[in-house]
Amino acid sequence: MNGTPVGTPRPLVGITLDGKAVKVPEGSTILDACRREGVDTPTLCWAENLTPVNVCRVCVVEVEGSRVLVPSCSRPVEEGMVVGTDTERVRTSRRMVFELLASSVRMDRSDADVLDWMDHYGARPERMGARDEIATVAQPVKVQDDLYVRDYERCILCYKCVEACGDDAQHTYAIATAGRGFDAHISTEFDVTLPDSACVYCGNCIGVCPTGALVFKTEHDMREEGTWDESAQEVTTTVCGFCGVGCNLELHTQDDRIVKVTSPADHSVTHGHLCIKGRFGWQHAQS
Amino acid sequence: MWVVDPRRTTSARFADVWLGLDVGTDIALANGVAREIIDAGLVDDEFVEHATEGFDAFAAHVEPWTLERTAEVTGVPVEAIRDLAHGYATAPTAQLMWTLGITEHHTAVDNVLSLCNLALLTGHVGRWGSGLVPLRGQNNVQGGGDMGALPNKLPGFQDVADDEIRARFEAAWGHTIPARPGWHLTEMFEAMERDELKAVWVIGENPADSEADINHARAMLGRLDHLVVQDVLMTRTAQMADVVLPAALGWAETDGTVTSSERRVQRTRAAVRPPGQARKEIDIIADLADRMGADWGRPSAEELWDELRSLSPMHGGMSWERLESEGGIQWPCPDEDHPGTPFLHGRLWERPVGGRRAPFSCVDDRPPVDGLTEEFPLRLTTGRALDSFNTGVQTGQYNSPIRSGEAIDLSAADADSLGITHGERVMVSSRRGSIEMTVAVDPDLPVGLAFTTFHFPEQADVNQLTCDAWDPKSGTSEFKAAAIRVQKLSAQVHA
Repeated sequence: MNGTPVGTPRPLVGITLDGKAVKVPEGSTILDACRREGVDTPTLCWAENLTPVNVCRVCVVEVEGSRVLVPSCSRPVEEGMVVGTDTERVRTSRRMVFELLASSVRMDRSDADVLDWMDHYGARPERMGARDEIATVAQPVKVQDDLYVRDYERCILCYKCVEACGDDAQHTYAIATAGRGFDAHISTEFDVTLPDSACVYCGNCIGVCPTGALVFKTEHDMREEGTWDESAQEVTTTVCGFCGVGCNLELHTQDDRIVKVTSPADHSVTHGHLCIKGRFGWQHAQS
Repeated sequence: MWVVDPRRTTSARFADVWLGLDVGTDIALANGVAREIIDAGLVDDEFVEHATEGFDAFAAHVEPWTLERTAEVTGVPVEAIRDLAHGYATAPTAQLMWTLGITEHHTAVDNVLSLCNLALLTGHVGRWGSGLVPLRGQNNVQGGGDMGALPNKLPGFQDVADDEIRARFEAAWGHTIPARPGWHLTEMFEAMERDELKAVWVIGENPADSEADINHARAMLGRLDHLVVQDVLMTRTAQMADVVLPAALGWAETDGTVTSSERRVQRTRAAVRPPGQARKEIDIIADLADRMGADWGRPSAEELWDELRSLSPMHGGMSWERLESEGGIQWPCPDEDHPGTPFLHGRLWERPVGGRRAPFSCVDDRPPVDGLTEEFPLRLTTGRALDSFNTGVQTGQYNSPIRSGEAIDLSAADADSLGITHGERVMVSSRRGSIEMTVAVDPDLPVGLAFTTFHFPEQADVNQLTCDAWDPKSGTSEFKAAAIRVQKLSAQVHA
């Protein structure tokens, strides 16, 4: 009676991906198929531990017979589907999305792969005009406590933090989007401060933020001082020292000090999500 | 999801139904639920027949626990008890999860047995998705037991009184092992009082803050001839020590393993160097062995693990390589081809049943030892807050924005009748001690119940209040049920 039950094997679906015939399990998304086949596909609002919300549109691909480009992160494959990921139309669209976002949002502290994609697609946000001449989301950084800062000048409204706070991980629902157009922003209920909101400071929002809008206070301070140096950092996977759940921690260290903590999204125990103690309660390792 | 808790906790807010039972009536509730499951014909007869024993006696034992009587004793409405009984019994899969609310009572083991009865009645055990789940409060409390840090067990839960097992360990270790079980922590304090225990080496524990009836515990530690404390920070216990051995942090400065609640053995890895004179605990222990005339060398974590695997059959298949590549393995895992065991007791479903049938237990609730009287009319139960950990040794080192300091929570009605307002300083007294605390009025708290954490002993030395009556079967003190009185400071001065 022991052993891990596995699901019923899924039938394979045949599709054409960039001219190549491939077979992928039924129910996979086009993005899954791309990853299986090693086709590098940019994403901003997608994460392996979140439900796709289809808002960023950088993962779009061309599907034969479809009038518009489709988001690969959420579109399931169908038998006989013909998918193009590197067509002129796809490349233009991806470049435009990066350019539009980066013209109004500071993206220079984004994840390394985001910066690589912007480079790869030749995104030139300055085409939209000089930053001081066009509308941007520039605003002061919110530093309210010692744990993390919210730098909404860097927020592309990808919804990942909202998803991680809500149905996809924490079920706390402390934040949502509010406002329209350039006033659209992530807000607590009635815009109260975080300690007055439902927030439990799990930091799962930081864990999923792709652009550096939500970062550890340590990272923010070191970047401001100019001492943040990812090339000098090591990442060590260990197990949280607090309760008995067994969450895995990735300790990011620089100069023999912990500078931030993440958790592997592909680990079966908590799929990348942590609580306040595991994510922030490591100062006793420095004393 | 049903949450059974005297307080309306955050988990209770997530739940479909909250059953706010009175402190110390867990067995009454379980017996009432069992009786309703039987009465409503919801017993999994085939499973009971196949895999259990003692059903008839159990059914007779719980027969008096009608819904009405259970409601009267527990304070939970009849409808909620019926709803829980029917929901649990008819769910395709169901789990019973608990933590210290069940085990920090003088009836701890009986509390657990009363829950086991429910799983046996319904067949919610030994199957994927069903089971009994004691949630562990520390990252390696499971591993500590697994490694033999129990008075009567060798590593792998092997009985120290078993000659054959002892002989295997003696052959491997080249030394005689006493057949007599040692003392658990509570018995050690009693042995200190009798002057039978004169020297103690405390590793990674802060009993000078964490024990119930802490004034007594501190007095016992104080009368030792010699106290050695090995820890990562200068705890209150370390401050009392004759010798302090500064240790490296297990989870960030040491290579090794820990075992989680779900019996998953996982690797810890050193990410930073231990500060100052702090050293890896393996090295500290091996050095002490040197001084005692035994040469243990300087084994690596992997070498020690391999020794364990050679002696503990349930760990036999967990090679260091597998722990690395598989991201953790759940015991038992007897050989290298074994995938590990996601859930236990599957044997109960084998035909014929594998091993001994599971017995029902006839248990009864017994009220908390620290009785409520006119002098001590309020029930104090202690617990934890999300952002803090036990006596605050580690979590006291970071600034949590959702922490408001230690307070004693009182119901609005109790605060009113005492003439106390939110934020007021009061004197809180039990039969064992008195401390000043700040009051927080909690509108969700039932009348007669008070609550506090014990994360900030420097602010509020809460364990001066708690009761050290303990369960003879488990050794755990009744932290969850002290009798207290709360007085205005002015009234206290006049008294």
